[in-house]
Amino acid sequence: MSLVLEKRETPSRALTFVVPVAAIVLALLIGAGVIAIGGANPWAALQEMFLGAFGTSYALTETLVKTIPLIFCGLAVGLAFKAQLWNIGAEGQLYMGAFAAGGLALAFPDGQSWWLIPLMFVAGFLAGGLWGLIPGLLKALLNVNEIITSLLLNYVAILWVQYFIYGPWKDPKGYGFPYTAVFGEGAWLPTFGDTRIHLGLVFALVVALLIFFLLRSTKMGYEIRVIGENPQAARYAGMNIARTIIVVFFISGGLAGLAGMGEVSGVIHRLQPVISTGFGYTAIIIAWLSKLNPLVTVIVSFLFGGLLVGGYSLRALGLSEAIVYIIQGLILFLLLGGEILVRYRLHWQRRRA
Amino acid sequence: MTEDMLVRMEGIVKRFPGVLANDDVDFDIRRGEIHTLLGENGAGKSTLMSVLAGAYHPDAGSIFIGGKKAVIHSPRDAIRVGVGMVHQHFMLVSSYTVAENVTLGLNKPRFMIRPRSLEKDVAEKAQTYGLQVDPSAKIWQLSVGEQQRVEILKMLYRGVKILILDEPTAVLTPQEVDEFFVTLRRMAAAGQGIVFISHKMDEVMRISDRITVMRKGKKIATVAAKETTARDLAIMMVGREVLYQLDKADKPTGQEVLSLQGIWSLSDKRLPALRGLSLSLRAGEILGIAGVAGNGQRELAETITGLRPVTKGRILVNQKDMTNKKPLEMIERGVAHVPEDRKGTGTIPNLAVLDNLMLKCYRYSPFSTGPFLNLHQIRNHASQLVKRFHIATPSLETETKLLSGGNVQRLILAREIATASELMVAVHPTRGLDIGATESVHQMLIEQRNNGGAILLISEDLDEILSLADRVAVIYEGQITGQMAAKDAKIEDVGLMMAGKTMEASPGETT
Amino acid sequence: MDLQMVLATLSATIKAGTPLLYVTLGEILAERSGILNLGLEGMMLIGAMVGYLICFLTGNPWIGVLVATLAGGAVALIHAFLVITLRAQQVVSGLALTMFGAGLSGFLGKVVIGVPIANYLKPVTVPLLGSIPYLGEIFFQQDALVYISYLLIPLAVFWIYRTRPGLHLRAVGENPATADAMGINVYGVRYLYTFLGGCLAGLGGAYLSLAYTPVWLENMTAGRGWIAIALVIFAAWDPFKALLGSYLFGLVDAVQFRLQAVGVAVPSFFLNMTPYLATILVLIFATRETLRRRLGAPAALGLPYVREEK
Repeated sequence: MSLVLEKRETPSRALTFVVPVAAIVLALLIGAGVIAIGGANPWAALQEMFLGAFGTSYALTETLVKTIPLIFCGLAVGLAFKAQLWNIGAEGQLYMGAFAAGGLALAFPDGQSWWLIPLMFVAGFLAGGLWGLIPGLLKALLNVNEIITSLLLNYVAILWVQYFIYGPWKDPKGYGFPYTAVFGEGAWLPTFGDTRIHLGLVFALVVALLIFFLLRSTKMGYEIRVIGENPQAARYAGMNIARTIIVVFFISGGLAGLAGMGEVSGVIHRLQPVISTGFGYTAIIIAWLSKLNPLVTVIVSFLFGGLLVGGYSLRALGLSEAIVYIIQGLILFLLLGGEILVRYRLHWQRRRA
Repeated sequence: MTEDMLVRMEGIVKRFPGVLANDDVDFDIRRGEIHTLLGENGAGKSTLMSVLAGAYHPDAGSIFIGGKKAVIHSPRDAIRVGVGMVHQHFMLVSSYTVAENVTLGLNKPRFMIRPRSLEKDVAEKAQTYGLQVDPSAKIWQLSVGEQQRVEILKMLYRGVKILILDEPTAVLTPQEVDEFFVTLRRMAAAGQGIVFISHKMDEVMRISDRITVMRKGKKIATVAAKETTARDLAIMMVGREVLYQLDKADKPTGQEVLSLQGIWSLSDKRLPALRGLSLSLRAGEILGIAGVAGNGQRELAETITGLRPVTKGRILVNQKDMTNKKPLEMIERGVAHVPEDRKGTGTIPNLAVLDNLMLKCYRYSPFSTGPFLNLHQIRNHASQLVKRFHIATPSLETETKLLSGGNVQRLILAREIATASELMVAVHPTRGLDIGATESVHQMLIEQRNNGGAILLISEDLDEILSLADRVAVIYEGQITGQMAAKDAKIEDVGLMMAGKTMEASPGETT
Repeated sequence: MDLQMVLATLSATIKAGTPLLYVTLGEILAERSGILNLGLEGMMLIGAMVGYLICFLTGNPWIGVLVATLAGGAVALIHAFLVITLRAQQVVSGLALTMFGAGLSGFLGKVVIGVPIANYLKPVTVPLLGSIPYLGEIFFQQDALVYISYLLIPLAVFWIYRTRPGLHLRAVGENPATADAMGINVYGVRYLYTFLGGCLAGLGGAYLSLAYTPVWLENMTAGRGWIAIALVIFAAWDPFKALLGSYLFGLVDAVQFRLQAVGVAVPSFFLNMTPYLATILVLIFATRETLRRRLGAPAALGLPYVREEK
């Protein structure tokens, strides 16, 4: 007797919805198990996480703050995945965007000018885009594996920014700590009320809509979809695949760069060694869970924002917030495993001689 | 049952979705004989032998090996009862040596491989069977003929008594064929039963003891080679059914739309696939390219549509030199392409019907303005196409993979016809379609031709070509071996040309 | 730059190259069977953390190494199950594995961050060989895991190219349909070598935390798992070339470290970038070479094997 996978005639519609939800729930349960191994009460921990993410209005605002860079990165990664391009470099592109925007802010410490923030946006997008262009060009022209190149560039980008923070851009009044000076207020993204939610949220939602329309209503969006689904047919139809790869990586990097700009301009208000806690990597799961749909990405980003904030609140229980990565990894595992059930039926079969 | 009878197959039925591949077929193999299975592509020969060799399960019928009923569930079972099949696509690991391939998977208790002793072993066995192989050579270094010998040796090494060879000469040069036949005769003399699947008439006449002809899943007849002629066989192979008459009025042809002059091109395996092929196509006519699969048809279609480079020769579309232009330029020049591979090249199965219908026209006004798509226009256009060409789909948003084969093909044709093409290359357009879908595809092609379009129709189905085409050209090993008006085409002659005999050009035709 | 410094740098090269060597070798085995495992970074981290933790709890670094090796293999089995039996996307599964491994190691390892251990793997001089002038200092005054790696490479070469199991391994990666038709258990072979690949990755990680620098820090592998993936391509899936590649990287690492120590004018951050940039360059070069010489990845790499439906 052996376990056999049998292809279904039509994929199960019901399971398409059930699987992602089940994956999240199951991952949380297993995560609870790991927490138990870590020596804490799992149910208390889960409760703490939930409260810390959604329980109070303060918690909700904090979750929204974290949602902003996740939306940008989720869109960035999702767009690339749509064209079957693996942009694992969103983290580094984010840092480069932060670097460019931060550099501008530091150059104009007294700037109250209306053009500073828009300029920072542009700089953030361009820096991230150019950084994304490196793996993009290598892939389009030399067919170099973009997973490795984009990922290794993450380490390079972080070191690059650190150089400036520890070196020429270090705050002279900062007692030698690795921070730049705080940006002048002209470089701060306005926030809503007395929460930390900044205008970046609006831009993130706008960008999500823009990407949605890009994919649906432009020639480029159409080509992205075709190339991502069937490159052979794309070639048959005369599409320029190399050009699309380059454009996609540029936009994708640019979006991640915007995430970086948002973080330094809206939340941190200066440059510091840690600007992102793995947003670029979380974005991979967000994109996959959202099935590469920009509008769904917004919602899923919110959920994962909650996960990150909730994980952070676990520190109060003496636990490492690394549990968040465990849960993220588990969600992805379960999602991958569960997806097979949508297309195949699992059953026992008598082994034939 | 005589002791001579190695294998007997009775009443074999095998169905695939939409196709009855084997329809109550009987077949037997005697000791020491070379028995050929002859028929066109799709006749059911490979399927029948795959059943014997354990790759498929028959839906009905029985197999007797040496008089005893045999139950064969897998290729390993088949080898165990002495049946082995050498496929057209070799199952060899190209980076390994001959010896390694021959002994792959055998449970020699030896853990360490001593290449030299392994090779000695294999060399000895090869000697016994009279097969010339160098056991230490790597597969990728060998010629196709030599690789084939390795495949045969692999089977013999495992004690196979009934050897099935699927189109073994398809990839051999004439000299290699001679050597191969000597080997076959020797094996037969040693008591092996050999099944030779082929469509090549003169070889079949040379080598066979008995010949069984199949057509459209049925066994037509089994005859002794000495008692028949190539002509008789051709008639049995191709049939003399009355073709359903299409409403095809004689039309005057217009100017030359396509001219191929001495085209040379390589296949994916870097062997010459087109060897100085020339042809000419005029507006308002359908030129049918007949031939058995694997003689350069795919490469022909791809060179004309810009998907494959041409190493020598010229392609002229409407008198303009379009040799080695990119697919986009071909499309813009008005070349439409209905490709062989519906799902892999012709459509994007995961995307909607709408997305697939706009594949060729989305770049142009009124379907796009600047970078934006005019979805309204595109939808209208798509709806019209769906109506006009009777594409059965629940909606424009339906994923294309959910459509039936016939409707996918209608979609592709609708799209290609609608791009106002003057030249269309249609490759196996009705492959795998049922009669209704086939008929509607044929109607669409005739209508296109009646409207002045030129169509290059590449097909394995001779009936289809003879009923649709105005002129017929036969392709064999990358060249045109003969051309004639369809009206004047005699089936036996065409069949012979498909099998390699070259015809002098009929009067009035330019080659 | 005097002789002593050169020798010290070369000796450090071996040390720095050894973890890469283990991981690269493991991935070569997995990829030879057709399975792409991008979770190396995660498995290395788990190996590093588990090795350190177990050594801390038991006081015996060798038990730590053993458990770390098995832990790496166990985690790899998750990936194996997903991609072999469930035919999931190999790239995404590997990424999930990395994330999971990083998280798990960070979470469970919290207790031992910065906690020193008394017994770790200290260098052991090989009698006789260790006294050879120059070479002895470089090669034979290392710790035991380095010596094991010296033996593993020829063993791997022997296994892959000269044994029947090795023949099966390569067949499965090149042409699983043929291997299957010839009676080889494709799924079993792939499971085995994915597991072994995970074990070696775990071992490489344990080397980092127990021998290279006895310490556990979150994310201490700093991308070595990814460098290993590139090295596999550079090595053209050959264990001996993997040795060369690993030591090449060890050299880059050791040199940039020395330069920092010496206080050269280039800021340390840029020097730290060199391994990553070098990897990218190597990858570009290796990709072109692979194309040019038509050398290849195992033909079936990354593709799930499905036996043809009857």
